[in-house]
Amino acid sequence: MKDPIIQLTGLTKRYGKVTAVDQLDLHIYPGEIFGLLGPNGAGKTTSILMMLGLTEPTAGTAYVCGHNATRNPIAVKRKVGYLPDNVGFYPDMTALENLSFIARLNGLTESHAQAAAKDMLHVVGLEREMHKKTGAFSRGMKQRLGLAEVLIKAPEVAILDEPTLGIDPKGVDEFLELIKQLSREHNLTVLLSSHHLHQVQRVCDRVGIFVGGKLLVEGSIESLSQNLQQQKGISTVITLEHAQGDIKRFEEVLKDLSGLRDLRVNGSTIELMTDSDTTAMAVRLLVNNGADIVAVNRNDYQLDDIYNTYFENSITTDTVYEKSNGFFKRYQ
Amino acid sequence: MKNPTVSSKDINKRPAIPMQVLVRKEIASHIRSWRFIILILLIVLTFGASLYVSSMGLKDAVSNMRDPDQSFLYLKLLTITDNSIPPFHVFLNFLAPLLGIALGFDAVNAEYNQGTLTRLLAQPIYRDNLLFAKFLAPLAVVGTLFVALVMLMIGGGLLGTGVRIEPQELVRILGFTLISVLYVAFWLSLSILLSIRFRQPATSALTAIGIWLFFTVFFPILVNLAIRPFLPNPNYISEQEYIGYNELILNLLRLSPSQLYTDATTTLLMPSVRSLGPISMEQMVGAIPSPLSFRESFLMVWPQISGLSAAMMICFAWSYYIFMRREIRS
Repeated sequence: MKDPIIQLTGLTKRYGKVTAVDQLDLHIYPGEIFGLLGPNGAGKTTSILMMLGLTEPTAGTAYVCGHNATRNPIAVKRKVGYLPDNVGFYPDMTALENLSFIARLNGLTESHAQAAAKDMLHVVGLEREMHKKTGAFSRGMKQRLGLAEVLIKAPEVAILDEPTLGIDPKGVDEFLELIKQLSREHNLTVLLSSHHLHQVQRVCDRVGIFVGGKLLVEGSIESLSQNLQQQKGISTVITLEHAQGDIKRFEEVLKDLSGLRDLRVNGSTIELMTDSDTTAMAVRLLVNNGADIVAVNRNDYQLDDIYNTYFENSITTDTVYEKSNGFFKRYQ
Repeated sequence: MKNPTVSSKDINKRPAIPMQVLVRKEIASHIRSWRFIILILLIVLTFGASLYVSSMGLKDAVSNMRDPDQSFLYLKLLTITDNSIPPFHVFLNFLAPLLGIALGFDAVNAEYNQGTLTRLLAQPIYRDNLLFAKFLAPLAVVGTLFVALVMLMIGGGLLGTGVRIEPQELVRILGFTLISVLYVAFWLSLSILLSIRFRQPATSALTAIGIWLFFTVFFPILVNLAIRPFLPNPNYISEQEYIGYNELILNLLRLSPSQLYTDATTTLLMPSVRSLGPISMEQMVGAIPSPLSFRESFLMVWPQISGLSAAMMICFAWSYYIFMRREIRS
């Protein structure tokens, strides 16, 4: 297996008594798109800031592209593009000026910076807004410009914090497609944080669910849903044509099914809970016993269920406290 | 679609120093801002007005044989007044803080509120580069402005009067410009400090203006109030004690940067000023009422200059300290 490009070991950040990030261990490998999922205030942004050396961890280390992000942030920032969740640009400069300013900060000469900035604006589809001042930009346009800025330094890793926030659904589709395409074309590692699972689901190779400062699970979405199935079982709902008198007989038949956890009959529908996927077996048994089946509905575990399972039981008072604390800090 | 990446060859060709890029951007945004245009207008207007008044009285001043500075035409141009408006260096005592505050009060917190600070610091630049750029760019602009103004004045004087400028005058005027820039630098670094400390630009601007008002208006009153109860009746103390008290009050007043600036500019622009405090009769005996050389004037104001620079550096070091380890999040 390849060496991880982002390697977090025991990363911890405490603000006074509140632990924002708690013993985070995470490996991300070159070329993959990793989704960091979690509700607001879970510590996603804090973890990202520690990876970039923008804040110091209380304990643990963050290695990005082989450099310690706390000790040597400049080397990390040279190779990492970062799109903050609340991206802003100098309102009295045009998109092109904003972009070529960043390009020059990354060591490009004036003329190269201009050319690269123009290319990038084409890539993200802002070529017509090139000479508009960014003060007049919509949220979606700012996100695109932010992506252009991430890409203009030709990074090895792109860290995108809530990149889909505030973009309309069509824009989100395009945006994520663009990220995916660029990642594939340039072997770019992407770390994506979000609380919109449906959007992330489509592009991420692997996701980590991050709640209350802890990484609860990580893995591909398929493996997560398999895990969940093993925990909760699979539910199958079979609807018969009409309430046949001998529904009790079918119940008897199904009771012999392997791995059956629960069986409920409700009018003309039968609901099964099993350890593993036995839908086909159940249907065959019923048909062999003369049942007229009109509908079979197997409940696959989708990301929603994953999300709810992990998020619901973990909204702690900690996060609420942290938010209000931040609020007061801001108005100092 | 074009290839979005830039090859490494392009990057290595002639790397621009990030500091340079930052300073250039800062200067550009200052020059384009309305705020700066208004400030320039204000300064140019006061400069023009005080120059007009002084050129009106120039003939009398130069022909006044009892004035030891009468031969310094260009210094006279900067300092004489018919009391309708104060001379330029006194004006600047009020305007320079305003200039420094206006150019620095939102240096860091505006970037923070716009969401540009996170983006900027995610680039491969050192944090102190940003701070230095925020400090150097306004100073470069202000320095250029001041030098241009005094050069215009000298040029205008040369054309108008045809009198040759003494090298000493030129050095003194440039010294005055330098001290003025230093004074602006102090207020600039103070307002940058406040802009890091406070998240709202309005708060930092108000605090800076509050400090400015305190030093220009309330500080002399406070010193007076604080000293008066302890001051014995001048009729019953010896001359020596009287001078001692006077010195004490002056030294307390010198805690205020505007007093330091006044001392320094007065001494530099008026070569005959030979002491900033009271002088006893014994000291005056045998003194020829002639102007001092530049070196002597300069030595006299050296404490003032170092005081101003020290105040500036303390503010800057403090802002450096609180900015370097601050967590940057939008």
